[in-house]
Amino acid sequence: MDADQSTISGWGGLPHPGREVFSEDLVRLSKDAVLSRGLGRAYGDSALPPPGTLDVATTILADRILAFDEQSGILRAEAGLDLHQINWLFLERGWFTPVTPGTQYVTLGGMVAADVHGKNHHVEGCFGAHVTALLMRVADGRILECSAQHEPELFWGTIGGMGLTGHILEVEFQMKRIPSPWIQGESMRVPDIEEFVRLLKESGDAWPFTMGWIDCVSTGASLGRGILYRGRWAESGSRAEAPQSKRRLSVPINLPNFTLNKLSVKLFNESIYRTHIPSKKAGLQHPEKFFYPLDKILHWNRIYGKRGFTQYQCVLPNSAGQGAARRFLEFLTKQGGASSFLCVIKDCGAEGQGMLSFPMPGISIALDIAVDANTQSLVNLLNGEVIEMGGRIYLAKDAFTRPEDFRLMEPRLDQFLELRRKWDPDQKFRSAQSVRMLGDRA
Amino acid sequence: MKVAFLGASKGMGRALARRMAARGDELCLLGRDLEDQRRTALDLSARAGSSREIPVHHCDLEQPEGFAQALKHCEESLAGLDCVVVTAGVYDAQENLEADTDWARRLMTINFSNTVAFCEEARKRLLARGGGTLCVFSSVAGERGRKPVVIYGASKAGLSAYLEGLDHKFRAAGLRTVCIKPGFVKTGMTAGLKPPPFAGEPDQVAGVVLRAIDKGTPVAYAPGIWALVMLAIRSLPRFVMRKIGF
Repeated sequence: MDADQSTISGWGGLPHPGREVFSEDLVRLSKDAVLSRGLGRAYGDSALPPPGTLDVATTILADRILAFDEQSGILRAEAGLDLHQINWLFLERGWFTPVTPGTQYVTLGGMVAADVHGKNHHVEGCFGAHVTALLMRVADGRILECSAQHEPELFWGTIGGMGLTGHILEVEFQMKRIPSPWIQGESMRVPDIEEFVRLLKESGDAWPFTMGWIDCVSTGASLGRGILYRGRWAESGSRAEAPQSKRRLSVPINLPNFTLNKLSVKLFNESIYRTHIPSKKAGLQHPEKFFYPLDKILHWNRIYGKRGFTQYQCVLPNSAGQGAARRFLEFLTKQGGASSFLCVIKDCGAEGQGMLSFPMPGISIALDIAVDANTQSLVNLLNGEVIEMGGRIYLAKDAFTRPEDFRLMEPRLDQFLELRRKWDPDQKFRSAQSVRMLGDRA
Repeated sequence: MKVAFLGASKGMGRALARRMAARGDELCLLGRDLEDQRRTALDLSARAGSSREIPVHHCDLEQPEGFAQALKHCEESLAGLDCVVVTAGVYDAQENLEADTDWARRLMTINFSNTVAFCEEARKRLLARGGGTLCVFSSVAGERGRKPVVIYGASKAGLSAYLEGLDHKFRAAGLRTVCIKPGFVKTGMTAGLKPPPFAGEPDQVAGVVLRAIDKGTPVAYAPGIWALVMLAIRSLPRFVMRKIGF
């Protein structure tokens, strides 16, 4: 393939001109690069180069652990180290990442840049809340260490800053002690969205990990029915043997576009709900199954076929009132719903200090949308609802939000742009997303 | 096992060193960039959950005068020596080597002459201790003269021939020579090249190599499927090789 024809894509699989450049040496790799990229799990265009630029600096070969303190649990590593390695090195030693997203195939750099959240957001906040220091290359070429004490503005701008404040070279963060490597989990069928929101809020007091899968195809009385999952680390000695990393299946090729259609999605959603028998289950669970059910199938994004897909994830703030989630889902189904085999609901805790960090107190809803001619207008409409409710969307998932909509959602944007003007006056660091949404030079 | 390791900081070497450290082998790292070796040593200790410090020493495949000293350092730091691993080497595309004869000569010096010189020092040191294992990364590129790897392949062909001779001559005296022939493996060295079928991952290769070291296998293809691929390529008649592009 010719170099200038090469394309890369986000997890949503929409091709974009670009090329990954690899090196174990991030100091060298970051020297002239406009953007770093990790494992490419951002769904949209966050980790794609701006128009006119081909190369992105892929960090995944830089995966060395530089320090781990068994007493304090502070871990420092190169930014390309991924969560899968961290989990399987430290689980049996009694440590776990303080916050994990729904996949373990993410790098530390990516986790910082997107300020990822997980099932425990209502307790632990985002990953950034546990980061103690970052080593960065900034626009003037310097390499410097920043933290909540040293260059705090740069630090909090970088957390959730989608790589637009500089290259993250090393990440230092606080690991969490766990009593055992197993999860004591429960799951239960929930008949509708009101009950779901109530159960999420109620479970949050007693369970550090909560989330739900909802059927976003059903309407009326069963709108927003689904399955609630909640868990906590099991007590030590719950089970003698250590969990093993499971073998994975893989979707080897893009499936035909018609694989996911209104009927197959409806059947899928129906069967997941119906086959959860009995309606409430409890027991010890493998941590991979609990945290990363989708990781079991590598390249699951290929089921959407060549057309690709996007994920729409928004948070509806508590201030929008109790009926906000129902209003949103009703609006969604009125638009014909989304051919989404996966729709996830989660309650969010307090807003973090990351300048553009996504979560705020409220309910987060995430759904996959196969891309077609209507996707842009659907996203525009959904954004309109979210803006009205005072919510916002998650940049790591986005490929379609218009700049004017993002501005209306994001009162913190000016502060972020000001920070970038200070540290990077010439806009050295850019992405396809920053050009599309923040109006960066192409 | 006490191991002197030249080239543990990148690619397949990194993966192999991690596996060795994880199972409790004692390593001493050799390399050009000492700071880089130190960071690799930290990584190996942290992953193994060991508080033992991993020694590092300077060794540059372009400075053969330092080879003996580097290996002596290793033997002293480890208070013994059972195994020497060499994964270091350089690669470049054939067109770049054709365009720059000096660079081609340098590559052949590093991959062949100097690697052989390093192995000679390692051989002497291991035999003086009564034997041990010398594990060296050659390449499937040395199996057959091929268009995309004329020069690189020649440097590896020479190395493979040397290692075979070494194995024949010194095995009875206790020197186990292990020649690793990796196929296409996804590392920083091959980044940007389109992976062919059967492309391997560094950790997969490391597993094969570790078994070969433990058993003293004279030649090991990694991943294993490349033994079959190369069997096919070796049996192709010359007029076919001339026609095809690889």
